[in-house]
Amino acid sequence: MKARLTTAVLASAFALGVTLATPASAKVEGDTIVLGSAISFTGKYSTNGIHAKNGYELGVKKVNEMGGVKVGGKTYKLRVEYYDDESTPLRTAQLLERLISQDGVKYFLGPYSSATTTAAAPIVEKYKVPMVEAEGASRSLFNKGYKYLFAVLSTSEQYLASSIALAAEIAEKNGKKASDVKVAMAFENDPFSLDVRAGVLEDMKKFGMKAVIDDKMPRDLNDISATLTKVKALKPDLLLLSGHSKGAATGARQIKELRVDVPMIAMTHCEAAKVTTNFGDAVNDFLCPTQWAETLSYKDKWFGSAADYDKLFKATYEGYKNVPYQSAQATAAVLVWADAFSRASSLDPEKVRDAIAATDMQTFYGGVKFSEAGNNIAKPMVLRQIQNGSYNVVAPSKWASHPVNWPRKAPMN
Amino acid sequence: MWDNIMVLVAAPVFSVQLVLDGLFIGATFALAAYGLALVWGVMNVKNLAQGDFVIAGGYIAWWLGKQGIHPLWGLPAAIIIMFAFGWFIYVTIIRRVIDKDLFTSLLATFGLAIVMAQGLNLMFGPEVQTAESDFAIRSMWDNNLTIAEIKVLAFVLCGILAVMVVLFMKRSRMGQAIRATAQDARAARVMGIDTDKVYAFTYSLNAAICGAAGAMISMIWVIQPFYGISHSIRSFVIVTAAGFGNLPGVIMAGLGLGVVENLGGFVFGAEFQQAIVVGLLLVVLVWRQIQQRKLRQVVS
Repeated sequence: MKARLTTAVLASAFALGVTLATPASAKVEGDTIVLGSAISFTGKYSTNGIHAKNGYELGVKKVNEMGGVKVGGKTYKLRVEYYDDESTPLRTAQLLERLISQDGVKYFLGPYSSATTTAAAPIVEKYKVPMVEAEGASRSLFNKGYKYLFAVLSTSEQYLASSIALAAEIAEKNGKKASDVKVAMAFENDPFSLDVRAGVLEDMKKFGMKAVIDDKMPRDLNDISATLTKVKALKPDLLLLSGHSKGAATGARQIKELRVDVPMIAMTHCEAAKVTTNFGDAVNDFLCPTQWAETLSYKDKWFGSAADYDKLFKATYEGYKNVPYQSAQATAAVLVWADAFSRASSLDPEKVRDAIAATDMQTFYGGVKFSEAGNNIAKPMVLRQIQNGSYNVVAPSKWASHPVNWPRKAPMN
Repeated sequence: MWDNIMVLVAAPVFSVQLVLDGLFIGATFALAAYGLALVWGVMNVKNLAQGDFVIAGGYIAWWLGKQGIHPLWGLPAAIIIMFAFGWFIYVTIIRRVIDKDLFTSLLATFGLAIVMAQGLNLMFGPEVQTAESDFAIRSMWDNNLTIAEIKVLAFVLCGILAVMVVLFMKRSRMGQAIRATAQDARAARVMGIDTDKVYAFTYSLNAAICGAAGAMISMIWVIQPFYGISHSIRSFVIVTAAGFGNLPGVIMAGLGLGVVENLGGFVFGAEFQQAIVVGLLLVVLVWRQIQQRKLRQVVS
């Protein structure tokens, strides 16, 4: 009896082990290829999680409307199977295991945020299933040798780097040396913002610039008035802030209240924090990096120009005054899948992975070409300036639609 | 660090700015902490949802602002709504744990904090929000000292509210009943006081006070569904440092905490702002331990 029980337990454990360790067969339902995604519909990332989902859905809809993808002579439609990761990295990992082991999904779209993507990457690596992600920008994702993780967005160290080049350009135009530019920095103490900081420091080193303030803000930051008072005292030429939406909202409010008069202010997540709606003229001339803008001249065969995508997105989803770049890059991730399936001429995950790795395409979102590490090296970050409430591209100059306003004047109320 | 100290020595106007900002925000800390002292002292409940009550009050003011009503109306609205909410929470949760051990009440209020944060997140989304009063910002000395009128108003309102609560506790029948219950609940019951009603009222009063603090915080700072925890921590730090029932102590600790956070953030950098607060609490606790002063007084 005891021996039979032991055998049964061992057999179950072996069966479970086999189920968990090997990917199930590719999930293709009739003429539909199923992609999987564990993404945030609830919790702290839910707003951007839903933006990303809308982007995925618009991409899938468009690809399907245009006849789907042709794989080895047969045409397939795309569909995404979602789970809510509740904005929790642990849950992301659990749900990916479930999608792979129980639901048999072999092709993945990424979650929202670097934190959840960091949890997802080892899982897709373990099962050797490819993931094209659009919302995890941390560069730490791309120095671990992952082979199955590909990102269409620019990595986080590039977010504010262009503001350094812009400050140097303006200084030289005004007869000053780039190395004379004094920089004040306040970055949240999280992996994303510390990456942004690392990129800024690298670029500052190139120009020989000095940081007069280099504060790291706590994760539950809700007050940066002490840092901003220091900014008023030390009068830097450039103020850089990065701390997701909360950093942008807190920064915008307190810069207004303390009348911080710095000639150039750049911060991440202006749009996500709705700074123009919430703070009006007080945020005029802020520089805000973006992965994508509808005014850029990128084009593709699916959506046409960036402006066409913008129009279609607004017509498809109600309530969007501006299309978040999180949605645009999510759509671009779907396009990468469509392109890779067609080139792979196979549904074998290994062959599709290799086709993704060899991607070299133009989209409405910008160029997509992956480095060995899996990050996109064909698309620059763009710097926009809030000019009378509108976000206008001012750098890099190749894509600029408007000249930069400099110096910025602190609003009087 | 020394560079930053030298800046303050060379241009004292910035110290004035830091101290003023600290006092303005410290007043709201003190208000919320007083509510905690009340519940802790009277009911012996360590309310871990304290900060979430504050944030809920903030959302009431913010929501009114979104509807085109000036967020200052959020102050009375938050007081009324949060009072009713506090009563509901007492009847449904707190009443069942009040006579249980410390761990049970901690768990219950911790659970309440999680549910409230997630509820606010579902209702209003995870974005950071601010209620705009559109009041003027005054500046002096070439913009080196700026004072937002709403901050001054919030400071004054905090003061008025604190005085009102003190007068209520001293003069009203319910206030006297609360004090009697805090001294000896059993004796109060023997003397005919409905202690269950007193507890319900105390808990609701705390929620209302927190709501008022939150309404002001939404106008002078920022709110977000998950920011409750940092307000809870501040309230616990203030009450622990001041001691229960020590209203002047709570006010001094609240204002002091605001100032220390701001000055510390300036001198040591923003990353040490919270660490300074916790460090300071440790110093106070050690000092109190050395003094062996176990102050446990009636809230008055």
